[in-house]
Amino acid sequence: MEFFHDVNIDFLGKKWYFLAFSLIFSVAGLFSMLFWHHIPWGVDFRGGTLVYVKFANPPDLGAIRTALDRAGLHDPKIQPYDQASLHEVLIDLDVRETSEKALDQGKQKIIQALESNVPANKIDLNNASSLAIKNFLMDKDPMHLGTDADQKYTAQAQAVASYRDKVLGGVFNSFDQLKGAPNVDPSVAAAIPDGFYLSDFGVFNVEIVGPQVGGQLRTQAGLATLYSLIGMLVYLGFRFEWIYGVAAVVTVFHDTLITVGAFSLTNTEISLTVIAAILTLIGYSNNDTIVVFDRIRENIKLMRREKLSEIVNRSINQTLSRTILTAGLTFLTVLALFLFGGEVLRGFSLALVIGILIGTYSSIAIAAPILVAYQDWRIEKGKRPVAMPGKAR
Amino acid sequence: MTKNLLWKLLFIVGIMLFFLFGIFGVPKGLSGSSLLAALTDHIHLGLDLSGGTHLILQVHVNDAVNVDAQNAIEILKEQLRSRKIDYSDISQPDPQNSPDHVVLKGIQPGARSDLLSIVQDHLPEYDLTGGAENTWNLSMKPSMLSDLKSKAVTQAIETIRNRIDQLGVSEPTIQEHGLGQYQILVQLPGVDDPGRVKDIMQSTAMLEIKQSLGGPFPSEQAALQDKGGVLPADSILLPGHAMPGTADEGQSWYLVSRVSAVSGKDLRDAQPSSDQNGQPSVSFTLTGEGGQRFYNFTSSHVGDSLAVVLDNKVQEVANIKEPIRDRGEISGGRMSDQQAKDLSMILRSGALPASISYLEERTVGPSLGADSIRSGVRAAVIGMVAVLIFMLVYYRGAGINADVALIFNLIILLGFLGWSTIAGVNVALTLPGIAGVILTVGMGVDSNVLIFERIREELRNGKTPPSAVDQGFSHAWITIVDTHVTTIVSAAILFIFGTGPVKGFATTLTFGLLANLFTAVFVSRVIFEWVLSRKQRGEALSI
Repeated sequence: MEFFHDVNIDFLGKKWYFLAFSLIFSVAGLFSMLFWHHIPWGVDFRGGTLVYVKFANPPDLGAIRTALDRAGLHDPKIQPYDQASLHEVLIDLDVRETSEKALDQGKQKIIQALESNVPANKIDLNNASSLAIKNFLMDKDPMHLGTDADQKYTAQAQAVASYRDKVLGGVFNSFDQLKGAPNVDPSVAAAIPDGFYLSDFGVFNVEIVGPQVGGQLRTQAGLATLYSLIGMLVYLGFRFEWIYGVAAVVTVFHDTLITVGAFSLTNTEISLTVIAAILTLIGYSNNDTIVVFDRIRENIKLMRREKLSEIVNRSINQTLSRTILTAGLTFLTVLALFLFGGEVLRGFSLALVIGILIGTYSSIAIAAPILVAYQDWRIEKGKRPVAMPGKAR
Repeated sequence: MTKNLLWKLLFIVGIMLFFLFGIFGVPKGLSGSSLLAALTDHIHLGLDLSGGTHLILQVHVNDAVNVDAQNAIEILKEQLRSRKIDYSDISQPDPQNSPDHVVLKGIQPGARSDLLSIVQDHLPEYDLTGGAENTWNLSMKPSMLSDLKSKAVTQAIETIRNRIDQLGVSEPTIQEHGLGQYQILVQLPGVDDPGRVKDIMQSTAMLEIKQSLGGPFPSEQAALQDKGGVLPADSILLPGHAMPGTADEGQSWYLVSRVSAVSGKDLRDAQPSSDQNGQPSVSFTLTGEGGQRFYNFTSSHVGDSLAVVLDNKVQEVANIKEPIRDRGEISGGRMSDQQAKDLSMILRSGALPASISYLEERTVGPSLGADSIRSGVRAAVIGMVAVLIFMLVYYRGAGINADVALIFNLIILLGFLGWSTIAGVNVALTLPGIAGVILTVGMGVDSNVLIFERIREELRNGKTPPSAVDQGFSHAWITIVDTHVTTIVSAAILFIFGTGPVKGFATTLTFGLLANLFTAVFVSRVIFEWVLSRKQRGEALSI
């Protein structure tokens, strides 16, 4: 089987179309970054509080908003999370709801606001830690244990908590469910309603980032991207000629700009893992560029008479089959990640999906034309083209 | 088969067995469940998959500097007194931002040589400058200052580790975080309600026993009034618990001596117990040296009061009826049993050298972790199977070759994670790490495609299968090295900058690509040689 046999497309002849395409997307992204959505930093970078709540019944977002407003929280963002059937809600608080003294005050306020009709002297089983359950059991001693009580009740408490979290997905709907829990003693199941009540929600994930860390991380992410680009430039300059390094870095910068622009245009948050994806793309997009460059270097030796633009075109065509196949296969795996990898990895896989498309396009449409344009410019100025054959072979 | 080829095959089998052992060890059986159990034993899961709490702490190292500087001030005053040199004021002009800076004002003229010798003999870690207008500046030597700060962080890590160990959290990670910002990273697998652990870690647990000079007063103003508007020398006002008869939030204030008779450093042990009213309390015993000092103090102050101060808050005040040698008790403040237990544990683990605050807190519930594993593994399997099938269809015979290389790649990668657990390094598999595994599959196949396309090209140009394979590998090799190096450079930078999940991603990606160099080039080539060795001369290659 073979998809590309003897293709001969004049890629360099279409460079103005490519330029227009790239300009439109870069400029649109840049405008969005500057004037519209700006850079939608995720909680890792801007600081703030994210509380993920699972409800026993379909959540009423309006009621949640009223409760949070009453608790005096500044402008909480409330949105459904993941599939609607899971009854999950993400509550997003501004960084103002954290303080140096009590980093988690926003989270505490949310939990208090959501708890309603709390019976006196009872603890919410859906938000109780296994330690709280154990302390209750130690007090109550439903199994009438003499010695060893500490260890046994710790195990019982853990069995209750893990049944709630791992089997029921975070919330008990009724105390009857306890009877079916593995490893939970019937006397414990019977005693628990005496000390606990059931709210209709459980917190299953919390992310709180103070303002200091956010700023620090933004600097680090910027530096990491910069160092990555410099690393590429140095390595390619060493392996090829410096102009190859420059062309590759400009290409990668173009890819990064368009990817970040796409996040800004769609207002998708850039988390730490998205930055990881972007750095991976810097490496990946370079792969494509290097494969084409390697072929150009090889062909320059073989085709001494031909014009550079001819050589470059031929090189792109020769490697086209490989470029499309690899990009296609990597894209396939990344697409699986995007479709089946779950909510947590959504931003990460989105960055990879966009980046792989752009990275493949740019190695053909940006990197090679820069190389040719530079040589044409040198010839026009009356200089000799830079010696092309690679020195490090 | 030539002997050379046989050795290569044996080498590959050996490598595979080595990494398979890393993944599974010696499993109890070959059934699916026992293999899975062996796998989960060997591959260490990151916090985002196992569930747990991730905290970043800021150590306020200036506290430690402050303590040192105040100590220096005391020494200076004492020395100046004993040498009968007058001074008007010795203090820190900006204890918040530059606590190591001390200004000496109104020093009697002509005391230059005395001052210099005091600093040289008693405060060698400080520099003395100035002298104009009888004002001198004392500040810590920069190298000493940074030593003191980093020592405060190391000591805080030790103390926190002690406390967490006593709480029975399994496999915690406690290490310095970031690049010299005096931060600590704490990861607590399986802890999904960090409230209590956070309180215990944060408690500075600075215990001091001081002389009580007056109180309780209902407010600071009242205390000042009582003393005629000026506090006696070498005394300070500290808050205490609510006064009986006032509203709950109303605080009491005590006037206590600035210097302590004994401090937390003099503790030998602390245990929960109950006071004479049967209320929970903490009793402690002092070390020999501390006990001697306490004995001297109490015997010269019979009839006076002493104050037990914890973290700058007066816990209780008691009358000294007789000299006490080495025991004491902290009660009052209506402690619960749990609080008494926690407090004695914190006291045993030692005081923090500086206060800490929390910068970042993430709690992953076990339900989310389990979900993430499921979806991550599902995506990985789907992506992998799609690639395997495509390679078979597109390259036929050579597709098997690529598929074997890919599967070996995966085994080496997982085996590496397993061996890291065996070696105790614990490179954790995180959710982005699983993504790294998937990406390795996608990018790893690139090397195979590069080689195969090249071989096809050489075949089209009329080369015989053996020489086409040879040419294909040698031409593609350079390109493969270049592409791997650039990606690994990116991943290495990620590893340096990232934490937790991102680090896991960088690790799997880097090691996956290194393994790929071996599988896509060496393993794949050996398979080609083996296939070619079984073919007749001139027979076509399935690619």
